[in-house]
Amino acid sequence: MIRTVLILLALALPAQAVEPDEILADPALEERARELSKEIRCLVCQNESIDDSHADLAKDLRILVRERLTAGDTNAQVMTYLTDRYGDFILLRPRFQGATIALWLAGPVVLILGAIAAFGFLRTRKSLGPITPLTEVEKARLSELNDV
Amino acid sequence: MSAELGHLAISLALAVAIIQMILPMIGAQRGWENWMRVALPAANLQFALTLFSFGALTWAFITSDFSLQLVAANSHSAKPMLYKISGTWGNHEGSLLLWVLILALFGATVAWWGQQLPIALRARVLSVQASIAVAFMAFMLFTSNPFIRLPFPPFDGNDLNPLLQDPGLAFHPPFLYLGYVGLSMAFSFAVAALIEGKVDAAWARWVRPWTLAAWINLTIGIGLGSWWAYYELGWGGWWFWDPVENASFMPWLISAALLHSAIVVEKREALKSWTILLAILAFSFSLIGTFIVRSGVITSVHAFASDPTRGVVILGILVFFTGGALTLYAFRASSLQSNAVFSMVSRESGLVMNNLFLVTSTAVVFIGTLWPLIAELLFGQKLSVGPPFFNIAFTPFMVMLAMLLPFGAMLPWKRGNTGRTTRLLWGPLALSVALGALVWSMQTGGRLLAPIGAVLAAWVVLGALTDLGERIRLFKSPAEAPRRAWNLPRADWGKATAHTGFGLMIFAAAAITAWEVEDIRVLKPGDRFELGKYALRLDSVRQIQGPNYIADEAILTLWEGGREIGTVTPEKRFYPVQRMPTTEAGLNIGFWRDVYVVIGDQQVNGGWAVRTFIKPYANWIWGSAIIMALGGLLSLSDRRYRLGAPAPKRRKTPDAVPAE
Repeated sequence: MIRTVLILLALALPAQAVEPDEILADPALEERARELSKEIRCLVCQNESIDDSHADLAKDLRILVRERLTAGDTNAQVMTYLTDRYGDFILLRPRFQGATIALWLAGPVVLILGAIAAFGFLRTRKSLGPITPLTEVEKARLSELNDV
Repeated sequence: MSAELGHLAISLALAVAIIQMILPMIGAQRGWENWMRVALPAANLQFALTLFSFGALTWAFITSDFSLQLVAANSHSAKPMLYKISGTWGNHEGSLLLWVLILALFGATVAWWGQQLPIALRARVLSVQASIAVAFMAFMLFTSNPFIRLPFPPFDGNDLNPLLQDPGLAFHPPFLYLGYVGLSMAFSFAVAALIEGKVDAAWARWVRPWTLAAWINLTIGIGLGSWWAYYELGWGGWWFWDPVENASFMPWLISAALLHSAIVVEKREALKSWTILLAILAFSFSLIGTFIVRSGVITSVHAFASDPTRGVVILGILVFFTGGALTLYAFRASSLQSNAVFSMVSRESGLVMNNLFLVTSTAVVFIGTLWPLIAELLFGQKLSVGPPFFNIAFTPFMVMLAMLLPFGAMLPWKRGNTGRTTRLLWGPLALSVALGALVWSMQTGGRLLAPIGAVLAAWVVLGALTDLGERIRLFKSPAEAPRRAWNLPRADWGKATAHTGFGLMIFAAAAITAWEVEDIRVLKPGDRFELGKYALRLDSVRQIQGPNYIADEAILTLWEGGREIGTVTPEKRFYPVQRMPTTEAGLNIGFWRDVYVVIGDQQVNGGWAVRTFIKPYANWIWGSAIIMALGGLLSLSDRRYRLGAPAPKRRKTPDAVPAE
């Protein structure tokens, strides 16, 4: 939880996360840049996106993302541009491919297996007979108890 | 001198714990009552010695005794008193002593309040508890001794990490440890029950108070940590899915599941072996958390005392206790069969569904947290698993949980009638959907996140209120309702309160994510700007001198709807001893929103970079955590969990509502 500790120790006076001079004039493009930045890891930080990080490298990457977007890249092209240079480590949301599919499917698989086991267990408990409605006498007694 | 006494005391505590581990267990196995009775004074003595030792270390921090290596490395004479004290546990060695102290405290509570426990069960529980204490005390004394003296004490200390010098974080570890370590009690009860081969309703009733206490403290501890991250780290996030956060979140999820399944054991004597398994897993996740935080195996932002050698020892402790308990479980679980019958639609199956979703979401957090490690070891891939993954992979299970909650919580035991429960819940469902539609129309399009959050939240909250209303017959005989409300067991009030807190949490999380407004700009003193219905003016930036830091403090005037509502004063601090800067957000806290201002660097033109956020419903996040904890407290105060409390002198009133 104590993020930035290490990186801040290294930098005597940190910059802010996104600085005013980085912001693009086109709000739509800037919005896309912010969304992308949240998915890109600041490589020298402990566990932060470049959108959150104070580090110089994060600033460089933020500017790089904005340059690619201004040059007309799609979001996917920007990401490919980054993974080509820095590897998949830079993605905070791992791709749905190869062994990582196991990570993505872990939740649903656990849920399905758990549901099968739970259903099997619940079936073994079900040995009660059908519901028989209360007789008039029982109903009268019940309302008597409730009304006291 | 007091440090040496503290050192001696903790060594003696280890010796006492060894005795407490061995004698009562042999006594319980052989049926020797006087051997079993050793557990009580041993638990008390172990606690007293550990408390003394902890007091001695705290005293060394208070008096800035820099001849102690730990104090010199983590304290400073100019530090405010609160942080001198909290510095005691703001480091690896001291926090381990706190860990051991809380372990001993929970053991001692069994000695104090467990008078009604069967003597053999009590002896076994305390023996298992002591075995955990032995492992951790030995770990501390042999690898991380807090009482080591320096031959040449420095003139002044190295100071505590400035980020930790904060009231939120001063109290965060004690609460978190009361939660983490408190789960050791559920573990000890589970292992004792496995050794005895007997789990019944009484066992569930005994184990519940300690689990509940641990869960309450964990809730408060996580809430405090999140609050601290929000205002201290400078961009107003409140949950980062960092490995260290996940380390505390996994035990929270599992203990929430355990609390619910223990109800089934208590009421129906079903789900026994599953509940035992959850109790073992809950504490195992605490140990896994300890391993993650302290070993440095998983890259975390938490650079706290990571040391591979210590990591190996903790891994050993983890493998020994989890492995041992699971092996015991494998041999004994089959003897925990139950004959309770209930139909597919019943409270029991509702609670099974609760467990299914909570355990699945724990699994997602667990696998996501460990995946970078797994991927590197097995596939040689270096990759990251960050917040975008968890938001997508975790949230669906919480949504399913929230959808089923009101329904499952209102079903009767044994055999439910779908029709009746559905009839009662049509109203809340319609209201929730209407509220969602209202939210949708008010935000004029945009993301679906907030409307969906509002529907779910309203559904959970209204469902909890409907359940409560039904229990006190608010709709059938309103005149009777106050008397019934008075007589309703506290556990039912606790249930409604905690579920309401959960619902509000869903809303707050969705609202702050969907509706946050952010603004980044350069301001010169005197500049004013507008942001929605708010306006801010930078009045001045001045240098101030704190007790152990210097800071640039900006003063901004804040208007809301044209009316001046006060000033905010964000700071940029610099701690010279640790050569470390921190940001202090300027906050205008409100019920509906926070205005959150951070200042950055001075620009070349003399202006200052200023980041402003409007954070809607921010305080509802911590408010709902408090409400959840309050629900737990209400439940804990229920008469049937008060061990050793004399039975109430009360005539049998016909209107007494049966405990749910």
